[in-house]
Amino acid sequence: MKKTGSQILLECLMLEGVDTVFGYPGGTVINIYDDLLDYPIRHILTRHEQAAVHAADGYARATGKVGVVIATSGPGATNTVTGIATAYMDSVPMVVITGQVPTPLIGNDAFQEADIVGITRPITKHNYLVKDIKDLARILKQAFYIARTGRPGPVLVDLPKDIQLASTRFAYPDSVSLRGYKPTYSGNVRQVEKAVRMILAARKPVVYVGGGVTASEASSELMDFVQQIQAPVVTTLMGMSAFPRRHPLALGMLGMHGTYSANMAVTNSDLLIAVGARFDDRVTGKVASFAPHAKIIHIDIDPTSIKKNVRVDLPIVGQVKDVLVKINKELQAHAETTAELPGMTVAWREEIGEWTRTHPVTYKNSETVIKPQYVIEKIRELTDDDAIIVTEVGQHQMWTAQFFQFSQPRTFLTSGGLGTMGFGLPAALGAQVACPDRQVIDVSGDGSFQMNSQELATLVQYQLPVKIAILNNNYLGMVRQWQELFFRRRYSQTPMELPIDFVKLAEAYGATGLTAARPEEVEGVIRKALQTPGPVLMEFKIDREENVMPMVPAGAAINEMVLAS
Amino acid sequence: MDIANMKHTISVLVENEFGVLARVAGLFSGRGFNIESLTVAPTLDPSVSCMTIVTSGDERVLEQITKQLNKLIDTIKVMDFTGMEFIEREMALIKVQATDETRAEVLRIADIFRGKVVDVTARSYTLEITGAPGKIEAVIDLLRPMGIKELVRSGPVALCRGSKDIKG
Ligand SMILES: Cc1ncc(C[n+]2csc(CCOP(=O)(O)OP(=O)(O)O)c2C)c(N)n1
Ligand SMILES: [Mg+2]
Repeated sequence: MKKTGSQILLECLMLEGVDTVFGYPGGTVINIYDDLLDYPIRHILTRHEQAAVHAADGYARATGKVGVVIATSGPGATNTVTGIATAYMDSVPMVVITGQVPTPLIGNDAFQEADIVGITRPITKHNYLVKDIKDLARILKQAFYIARTGRPGPVLVDLPKDIQLASTRFAYPDSVSLRGYKPTYSGNVRQVEKAVRMILAARKPVVYVGGGVTASEASSELMDFVQQIQAPVVTTLMGMSAFPRRHPLALGMLGMHGTYSANMAVTNSDLLIAVGARFDDRVTGKVASFAPHAKIIHIDIDPTSIKKNVRVDLPIVGQVKDVLVKINKELQAHAETTAELPGMTVAWREEIGEWTRTHPVTYKNSETVIKPQYVIEKIRELTDDDAIIVTEVGQHQMWTAQFFQFSQPRTFLTSGGLGTMGFGLPAALGAQVACPDRQVIDVSGDGSFQMNSQELATLVQYQLPVKIAILNNNYLGMVRQWQELFFRRRYSQTPMELPIDFVKLAEAYGATGLTAARPEEVEGVIRKALQTPGPVLMEFKIDREENVMPMVPAGAAINEMVLAS
Repeated sequence: MDIANMKHTISVLVENEFGVLARVAGLFSGRGFNIESLTVAPTLDPSVSCMTIVTSGDERVLEQITKQLNKLIDTIKVMDFTGMEFIEREMALIKVQATDETRAEVLRIADIFRGKVVDVTARSYTLEITGAPGKIEAVIDLLRPMGIKELVRSGPVALCRGSKDIKG
């Protein structure tokens, strides 16, 4: 039987197992929205296309499934750009469908025409303009395949209106054949053997964990590996929840706001094992002084990540999970030497233990003013272990990373690579749609919150019980911190001059609003929020000029930390 | 030439599809890689195009260029000819002033380099020269004193010597 382009799109989504899409209608997708009524696919109407993309992103990060977005041409499509770039930088699997003006009008500056394929070329893993209805099913099949395989990422499919209306016989291809795309999953055995030799010879090893561990669902293989070799573990922002923070070998985050012990351990290590991480400049600081005494093993599915920023002694291209399984096996094959390894590195662990003891992750609490770290600790205490914590970008994000102590994969969703303010609320929304029975909390800043605060409406409309915790310092705090430390306290455009009544704002949307101005109110507000059904906004009026510490100044080596302001 | 900026000729087989050239060009500009020249045309298999790119950079940059090109979904194969036996040919069309004094010399140079005169007017000759880029440079240097009015170069295309082919 023949089907129209828009029906074919929806059939493909069904066959890909898509249960939910996030989107916003408009002229060039109106047919899709009409047909959507006849398909059992849930559509979440956000209040902005950027939010639809972040929501699909949150959905994907929380589950590992491909997030799906529909947006109209022109302004709808351009509104998706920040969301797509955010997903691209953090390797999130996503398919974005945009409407496009009819093919005969393309290139004519038609009403609501934008060259979205051109615009998103550098921020998608791949993108397509569908020019023939006969290609549609194949392109969608490829789009999902590319988005979810290899190093995951967003794929955009631009679908002109006349193609949506045209019809053809529908057949979904069983398989994908792309001669130019064959990701290497299987790690080279010889390289694995070499890696194990290096590991067994190391006396000061450090395991450096990134988002690739979560992307390949390799947390338990990582645990197995770390237990065998008893090496300390440092994580990136993206790798945060891949290894439990309270594990005795966990040193926490490294880099610009990393812990003292994590940065010292990396700097003094003789072997750095990078697992699904990409040596971002926020992690390495001054590259020339990064892990200066270490041999570096780099495991990554993306060959371009290897040797991009730092020298690598042993690259292993492959899926993190596959490589770790092989390394663990190889370690077993040398069971005797492996068993001796922890004994050989006792001194190293003691040295690190000393760093952790002398420079713990801590803050000075107060009885008169709410400290942001205290709020994070309280949220941690009062929520389940599998609560999903989402953040915006700024100081509150770093405090969450430092103080939350994540224990399960996919429980910390944050914009790491792009650092997108406004990500958190819609991403929390998407995560809550994906996981209706779990607690989802958006830790927010007063600045970031206002970048997508309209999504309160979406939360209320769908009764999504996301709890929002705004750490309100009435500042663009992270920028203010830099101005304080490096610009002689000249606070240019960082004070938020108009204080917002966040409680009233929440209530205007039909959500619950709570506020705390004193430390003793914090716990009560969190408890009340967790007990209240539906979306709740909590505002914590925090110490306005609290800083995120430690801090590595931009361009400095990561062991040159400013420890307190 | 210093190793840090050595010239490399790279052959890239890509899907002969809409937007591929923009992807490759965007990759070079977005990541700050040099493009000295780029040629593209379909191969024997019309679904595949071959791009010949001349670029420069140190070893690390070249490794990134090759990897990033490979990462494009539309890229089928990448081959850096550096250190290999390969044949490189470029074409130039050169319009030279022809006066009574220079006419003979222009023709002599064209002849020595096995160039062809493809257009003649009262005041100019247009020469077609084919050869390795070095040869083209040499011809240009020799013709310059005579007054080059216009010059276009195709940028080189390249193939491996012998039986090894890029598809293998
Ligand atoms: C979209 C966007 N614009 C600008 C920035 C730069 N920036 C980084 S953090 C920050 C301040 C964030 O303020 P707020 O959300 O209140 O968080 P706080 O640092 O105060 O906790 C800014 C402006 C950004 N990351 N994203
Ligand atoms: Mg703030």
